[in-house]
Amino acid sequence: MARMSTTGAPGTRFESPEAVKDALGGVGYLADTSIASVVFLGDRLGKPVLVEGPAGTGKTQLAKSVAEMTGARLVRLQCYEGLDESKALYEWNYKKQLLRIQAEQVASEDESWDELEQDIFSEPFLMARPLLEAIRATDPVVLLVDEVDRVEVETEALLLEVLSDYQVSVPEMGTVRATQVPLVFLTSNNTRELSEALKRRCLFLHIDYPTLEREREIVLARVPGIRAALADQIVRTVALIRGLELKKAPSVSETLDWARTLLLLGVSELDAASATATLQVLLKHKTDIERASRQLAAAPS
Amino acid sequence: MSTTAGAVTDASGADEVANGLLLTFSHFVEELRAAGVPVSTTEVLDATEALRHLPVEDRAALKAGMAAALVKQEGHWRAFDTLFELFFSLRARLAGMEDTEGAGVEGGGGPDDARPLTQSELAQMALEALLNGDERLMAAVARAAVERYAGMEPGRPVGGSYYVFKTLRQLEAEALLSRLLAQAQETGGLEGLTQADEYRRRLAQLRAEVEGEVHRRLVEDRGAEAVARATRRPLPEDVDFMHLGKEELAALQRTIQPLARKLAVQMARKRRRGHQGRLDFRATVRRSLSTGGVLVDPRFKAPRRSKPELWVLADISGSVAAFARFTLQLVYALSSQFSRTRAWAFIDGVDEVTDLLRGADDMGAAVHSINTQADVIWTEGHSDYGHALSEFVGRWGRELTSRTTVLVLGDARNNYHPPQAWAVAGMAQRARNIWWLNPEPRAYWDTGDSVLAQYGVHCTGVDECRNLRQLRHFVEQLP
Repeated sequence: MARMSTTGAPGTRFESPEAVKDALGGVGYLADTSIASVVFLGDRLGKPVLVEGPAGTGKTQLAKSVAEMTGARLVRLQCYEGLDESKALYEWNYKKQLLRIQAEQVASEDESWDELEQDIFSEPFLMARPLLEAIRATDPVVLLVDEVDRVEVETEALLLEVLSDYQVSVPEMGTVRATQVPLVFLTSNNTRELSEALKRRCLFLHIDYPTLEREREIVLARVPGIRAALADQIVRTVALIRGLELKKAPSVSETLDWARTLLLLGVSELDAASATATLQVLLKHKTDIERASRQLAAAPS
Repeated sequence: MSTTAGAVTDASGADEVANGLLLTFSHFVEELRAAGVPVSTTEVLDATEALRHLPVEDRAALKAGMAAALVKQEGHWRAFDTLFELFFSLRARLAGMEDTEGAGVEGGGGPDDARPLTQSELAQMALEALLNGDERLMAAVARAAVERYAGMEPGRPVGGSYYVFKTLRQLEAEALLSRLLAQAQETGGLEGLTQADEYRRRLAQLRAEVEGEVHRRLVEDRGAEAVARATRRPLPEDVDFMHLGKEELAALQRTIQPLARKLAVQMARKRRRGHQGRLDFRATVRRSLSTGGVLVDPRFKAPRRSKPELWVLADISGSVAAFARFTLQLVYALSSQFSRTRAWAFIDGVDEVTDLLRGADDMGAAVHSINTQADVIWTEGHSDYGHALSEFVGRWGRELTSRTTVLVLGDARNNYHPPQAWAVAGMAQRARNIWWLNPEPRAYWDTGDSVLAQYGVHCTGVDECRNLRQLRHFVEQLP
C-alpha cells in the first residue's frame, strides 16, 4: 500500500502543537489551538490539510506563514473554472518540439524517428506546472492549492494522485515521485461540496471568525501603533456587526483595514458616529452598510 | 465494526492506558457513525495515528486533531463536539489523563464546597460571571447551579434537556440577562450596544456550561454510550423542514445562503462548460504566418453564451406553512445571489414577488412584505394549484423562453380543485426545464388530494425535498 509508506515516514518538522503555535506567532500569524494542532498533524501524518471557512479569515495566509516559518518555498496553484492538466500538472512544450523536429529535418536525414521521439519527450521539453514542480522540488516546499472548490468535480481527480501518493504519472516518461513529503494546504470557500475522495485524503480544518480575544491580539499585532483600548472597541463592534444578518460579514482582513483607517483618522475612542462614518471600509454591500448604520444609530445615548 | 477494532488494536502498544483510550475511542467512533457522521476506515486509522502523535495531556489539541481526521464537514462539528465531551471529558480520568479543565475550578472562583451556597449568593455569582465573562467562574456557577436546582434522579433514561431547562429557570438566567441589558442601556452609546451583545453571548456560554455539567453527571450515572444515545439529535442536513425549531431555523438560514450560492454557481457554470468552441480555421491560418506556415497555435471560436434565468414558484399556503418559511428563505437567498432570478408566490392566486424580495433588507422584512403586499389569494385562501398555475401561464407564460429554468416548490395538494395540468404542459413546452420540489415524503405523493403525478409527467424532474441533504443532492445533480 503506497499510502502507508508515506504515512509510515512521518515528518518531524515540529516538536508539538505548542511549538507550531509559537513558531507561527514568530512570523506574525496568531494561530489558535486547533489550527496549530492540525498543522502539526499534517506534518506528522504526511497528509494534506484542507482548510475551509468564510472568506478573509486567513486561510491562504496560513499556508504562506507556514512556508515562511519553515523556510520553505511556497508553490501555489490557484484554482479556477476550467483548470486542466496542462495548467496544474505539466505540459509538453509543443512549440519547442516542433522547432526541434524542423531543425532535425534540415540538419540531417539519418537520425531515426524513434530517437527523435525519445528526444522530444524528455525533460527539456517538459513544462512543469505547480503540482509537478512541488513534487520534483529538492528544496523544501509548501504546496498551496488555493480555492480548490472552484474547479469542476471532474478536475478534482487530477489532485488525488498527488495528494495521496505524492507522485505524478507522465505517460511518456514514467512516474515522478516526491523525494520528500511536502506540506500541502488546500483552501476552499465552500461554494460547492468537495468530493468524498478528496476529503478522505485530507485532514480537515475549519477556520471561523476568531474569538474576541484572538481577534484583538491579531489587531494589536498587525496594526502597529494602535492602543489596546481602541483595538478592544473595534473587535467588539465587529463582533456585534457580524451578529447581524448581512450579505457578507466583515472578515478579519476588513477588521484590520478598519483599524488602520480609524488610526489614520486619529480616532482615539470609537463611538457610534465615527463608526458609522467609516463603515464602508468594513462592509462592502450597500444594504449591509445601511443595516449596520441603523443598528448603530439605535445606540442608546 | 470489526475492521475498526482490529485497526485500533494493531496501532496500540501494550500500554494499558493507551489501550483504555483506544477502547473508548472505538466506542466513540461507533456513536459518531450512529449519529450519522460518515466516518470511513481510512479516517479511523488517521485518527488513531493522530492519537499517537498528539500530547494526551493537551485536551484541546487532542480534540482538534481528532476532529481534523474524523469530521470533514462543518455542520457535523456539533455532533462531534457533544460526543467528544461525553466520551473524553469524564473518561479522561479513567484513562489516567489529568482533567486539566476541571482541576482549578473549585479553588478558582467558587467559594469552598463545604457550605452549600444560598440562592442569592448563587445568583450573585452568576451575575458576576455574566458581567466579567470569567470562564472558570462560569463553570463553577454551572456546577453549583446544577447541584442545587437540577434535582437529577439517577437511572432515568433522559437526554438531560429537561434538567438544563429547570436549572436555568431556577437560576433566573433570563432575569439576570435583562438586568444586565438594562444596565447596558444606561451606559449608552456604542459601548452599551457592544456590552449588550456580549452579555447575550455569555448567557449562551453559561447555558452550554450547564448543559455540559448535566451531561457529565448523566455520564457518571449511566455511562457515555447511554447518554450519547439519549442525546442523539439529527444532523443539521437531516432535520425535516416541517419540524424546524426556532434555533434550527436560524441555523438553516445560515446554511441556505451558501447552498443558494451553489445553485446559482451551478447555473452560471453551465454557461461556461466547454470553454473552447470549435476550431477557428481562418484565425489559425492567419496566426501561422508568423511561424512560416506551420500551424503552431490553433485558435478556437469563442463559445456562444446563453444567459440562463431562474424562475421560482413557491406555494406559501397553510398546509406547507413550515416548508414555506424555508421556501421563502431559499428564494430570498437565490434572488440575492443570482440577479436573473424571478420569484412568484401562490396560494390560489399568484403574484410576482421579485421586487418585494429584492427591496427587503432581510428575511423577516421580506416575509412581512410578501404576507402584506403580495396578492396571492383569489377566493378563499386554500391552495388551488390549478387556478394559480393557469393564472401564472396566462399572465407571465409568454415571457418564458428556452433559457428559463422553472423551479416549483409545493406539495401539489389541490383541495380537490381541477388540476388543470395543461398549464404545466404549456410551461414545459416553452421553458428549458421545470423542476418540482415536494416537501412531503414520497409515500404520501398522489394520496388524497395530491395531484403531483398529473403535473409531474410534464416536469423535467420531481424530487422529494424535506431536508438539507435532499436539497443539496438536488442542487448537485442538476445537469
